[in-house]
Amino acid sequence: MGAGAPRPPFLRRKMRQTVDRVEMRGIVKRFPGVVANDRVDFDVRAGEIHALLGENGAGKSTLMKILYGMYQPDEGEILVNGKRVRFRSPLDAIRAGIGMVHQHFMLVEPFTVAENVALGLPSSRRFVNDLDRVSARIRELAETYGFKVDPRAYIWQLSVGEQQRVEILKVLYRGASVLILDEPTAVLTPQEVEGLFRTLRHMREEGHAIVFISHKLNEVLSISDRITVLRGGQVVGTVPAAEATRTGLARMMVGREVVFRLERPEVEPGEVMLEIRDLWAMGDRGVPALRGVNLEVRAGEIVGLAGVSGNGQRELAEVIVGLRRPQRGAVRIGKTDVTGWPPAALIGLGLSYIPEERIRDGGVPEFSVEDNLVLKDHPFPPFSQGIFLNFPEMAHYADRLIKDFDIRTPSRRTPLKSLSGGNIQKLILARELSRSPKVLIAAQPTRGLDISATEYVRRRILEQREKGTATLLISDDLDEILSLSDRIAVIYEGRIMGVVKSEEADIEELGLMMAGVESR
Amino acid sequence: MSDRVRSRQYAGLLIHLTPLFAVLLAFFVGALMLVGLGVNPGTAFKSLLQGAFGNLNAIADTIVKMTPLLFVGLGICISFRGGVLNIGGEGQLVVGALAATAIALAGKGFPGWLLATVALVTGALAGAVWGGIAGFLKAYLNVNEILSTIMLNYIAVYGMNYLLRGPMMDPLQVKLGFFIPQTARLPRAVDLPRLVPTRLHLGALIAILVAIFVYVFLWRTTIGFRIRTVGMSRRAALASGINVRRYTVLGLLLAGLFAGLGGAVEVLGVHHRMFTDGTAFGFTGGAGFNGIVAALFGRLHPLGTIPSSFLFGALLTGANKMQRVVQVPSALIVALNGLIVLFVVGSEVIRRRRLRRLEKLTIVEEEI
Repeated sequence: MGAGAPRPPFLRRKMRQTVDRVEMRGIVKRFPGVVANDRVDFDVRAGEIHALLGENGAGKSTLMKILYGMYQPDEGEILVNGKRVRFRSPLDAIRAGIGMVHQHFMLVEPFTVAENVALGLPSSRRFVNDLDRVSARIRELAETYGFKVDPRAYIWQLSVGEQQRVEILKVLYRGASVLILDEPTAVLTPQEVEGLFRTLRHMREEGHAIVFISHKLNEVLSISDRITVLRGGQVVGTVPAAEATRTGLARMMVGREVVFRLERPEVEPGEVMLEIRDLWAMGDRGVPALRGVNLEVRAGEIVGLAGVSGNGQRELAEVIVGLRRPQRGAVRIGKTDVTGWPPAALIGLGLSYIPEERIRDGGVPEFSVEDNLVLKDHPFPPFSQGIFLNFPEMAHYADRLIKDFDIRTPSRRTPLKSLSGGNIQKLILARELSRSPKVLIAAQPTRGLDISATEYVRRRILEQREKGTATLLISDDLDEILSLSDRIAVIYEGRIMGVVKSEEADIEELGLMMAGVESR
Repeated sequence: MSDRVRSRQYAGLLIHLTPLFAVLLAFFVGALMLVGLGVNPGTAFKSLLQGAFGNLNAIADTIVKMTPLLFVGLGICISFRGGVLNIGGEGQLVVGALAATAIALAGKGFPGWLLATVALVTGALAGAVWGGIAGFLKAYLNVNEILSTIMLNYIAVYGMNYLLRGPMMDPLQVKLGFFIPQTARLPRAVDLPRLVPTRLHLGALIAILVAIFVYVFLWRTTIGFRIRTVGMSRRAALASGINVRRYTVLGLLLAGLFAGLGGAVEVLGVHHRMFTDGTAFGFTGGAGFNGIVAALFGRLHPLGTIPSSFLFGALLTGANKMQRVVQVPSALIVALNGLIVLFVVGSEVIRRRRLRRLEKLTIVEEEI
C-alpha cells in the first residue's frame, strides 16, 4: 500500500491490486495442550468458491482466523499472489484485500446500514461524517452484486438474512477481493440461503475468491468449486465438488460411516398431551408475537414447528414453559388447563424444556456439571432431605447421567462453562429426558452442534417418542424437522399457516408457507 | 501434561494471593504519605501492629472490632451471592440495635439470659424487616436495591435521631437538662458475658458460629442452592422453576437479619446503650460499609470473611494506637483504610481477569 496521507479506503480501493491467489503453506497453530492446525496447506483463487468443511473443533475457524490476522501461526507461511506476507492484525489482512464475515454479526443495532458500514473508517471530511457518499457507494455495490439494501434502514429493522448482507457489504466496501464466510447459512431460511448463494455466485463471476466455512454437506456440495476437509486439525483431502459425494465427504469429516437416515419405527400416537388454543402473546418489542396459535401434539408424536426465525417460535416455547405470559387463549397439558402457570408447576406436571439459548436459559455456567444436572430436581428426594442437599445421591446420579448420555467432562465438579457446546447440550438433554417427560419442548436442539453430537441428540429425541413423550420440535433447520417429525406445522408472523404430515410434506410448499403463503 | 497442570495450580495459587499484594501495596502508599507528614513509617506501622496485636487486650479489641464487620459481611455474602447488592448495612445495624435496646429497656426484671436472647432475636428480626423492604421493592416493583437500601439507611438514621432525642432518651438526661441524645444504660443482666478478662464478649463467638451456619446454609441446603442459582443466572433459575422473586426478597432479608443481629450484639456487648452523633457512623463506626469490603476481601465466602473481618478489625484498632503514638491526624487513618479498600477492590478486577485467562487456556485445551 502506498505511503502518504491516509485516505478513505473506498478511494484507495481502485489503486489496490486484486488478489489472484492466496496460499497457506504448512500452517501449524498450537494452543496449550493441543494442535489446532497441523501442517495445513490451503489455497483459494480468484473466481472460485472453496469450501472448508469439518466438524466443530476440526480447526476450520482457527485456520481462517490466521488468514484474517486474528491469530499468528506458530509455523508456516501465507502467500498473496505468490508473495510472502505477514498479517499482524486483521487490519493488515484487510489492507491486503482479505475480508471476513463472522458467524455472529458485529452490527450496531440502533445504527443505520450506512452508519454500520462507515463505522471505524476515517471520513473523507475528517470530523464530519460523509454518510451520503457512503450511502451512494453502498447502492453502487448492492447493484453490482444484485441485492437490495436500503442504506438508511436501521439494523434492528432488518431480517437476519438482510443483516448478513450488510456484513458482506461491510467487507466489500473495504475493498476485499478475498471473502471468508464463517458458517454463513446457520441462521438463514432455505429461501435466504438461495439468495445468499446467488450473491456468492455473482461475486465469483466478478472475480472474488471466496472461502466458505460450513459443516453442512448439501450446501457445500451445491455452492463450492473445491472442498477441503479438515479433521483434528489436519487436512484430510481437497476434492473438486463435482467429484464429491455426501457419504464420501461425511466419511472424510467424521472418520467413519455416518447414518443419515435415522430409524423411525411406527408409533401409534396416543392422546393429545399438549394442546394450544387461540394463543396470543406479546413479543419483547411490545408487538404481538403470537396471533392465535392453534396446535396439538399427541403422546408418542413429534410435531415439528418450521418457520423463519423470529416468527413467534421463541415466544411460543416461552409461553408453554411458563416464562412468558399469554394474553389470550389456553395451553393444556393432558387434561389440565395450565395457562399462566409458573414454571415450577409445569415442571411438576412432566414438562421438559430444551431451550434455544442453552447457555443462558439451560444452565448456570459457573455451576458444576453435577449442580446443573439437579438444577430442577434438587428440592426433591433423593437429592435432598428436608432442606439439606444429599451430596452422595447427587454425585451418584450425576455420574450415571454423565455415563448414560456420554457427556465429555473431566469430572462432575467441572464448571458447565468449560464444556463444549455439544456436551452442554448433552447435559441439558440428560437432565430433561431423565425426568421421563410427558411433554418435551425442544427448541433448536442441534443448532451449532457438530455431526456426531447432532446425530446423538436426534436419536435421543426419537427414543423419547417411542417412550410416549409428546414432543414439540422447534427448529430453523428444515432437514432436521423433515427427518424427525411426524407432522410439520409452519409458523409465520405468529400464526400457524398449515400442518402437514411429514411423509406428504414438500419442501417447496413448506418454503412458501414459511414465507407467509397459506397452505392449499 | 502433569507439569503444565502443576504450574497452572501454582498460577492459580498466586492469583488467589493477589489481595494480599494489594494490601502490601496500600501500606506502601500509606508509608509515602507518612513520610510526607514527616513521620517515620517504621515507627508508625510498628505502633499499628502493636495496637492491633501487641498484647491480650489489643487482640481482644481487634476481635471486638471484627465482630460487627463479620455480621454485616455474612449478610453481604448471602445477598451478593443471590445477585442483590445490599448497601444497607448501616441502616440494618441501626434498626437492629434500636430494637434490641427497646426490648432490653422494656423488659427490666426478666431473667438476663432470656431478655438478652429476646433482644438479640428482635434486633435480628428488625434488621430482616429493613432488608426485606428493599427486597420486596426490588422483586415486585423493580426498584433498584442499591438506591432503596441507601435510602433506608437515611430513614434508619433519622428515625434513630428522633427516638434518641425524644421517646427513647435517657430520663436522667432529661432531668439533668443535658439532653445528650442517648438511651439509659441497659440493665446489667443483659450484658453479653465477657470471654476473658478483656473487652472481648460472647458476640464474637456468636459471629463465628453464624459464619459456619451461613456456610452450611449457602452450600449444603436447597435454599442456599436456589439463592446462588438466582444470583448466577436469573433466566436459568426461572426456567428451572425457581421462584426468583421469593429468593430475591430472601437474599436481602437475610442480609438484613445478620446485620440487625450485629447491631443488637454491639449494643448488648459493647456500648450497653444506644447513642447518636447525628449520623450512623457514631454508632456503627462505618461497619455497614466496611463489612461489604470485608466480605468482598473474603471472596464472598462466609469462612473467608472471618479472617478478612479480623484484618479490617486489626486495622481499625491498630490505627487508634498509631494515631496516639505518632500524632498523625486521624484523617490519615481514614485515608489508609480507604487506600486498602481501593487497592483490594482494584486487585479484585485484576484477579478476575487473570483467573479468566487461566480458565480460557483450560477451555481451549479441552475444546480443540
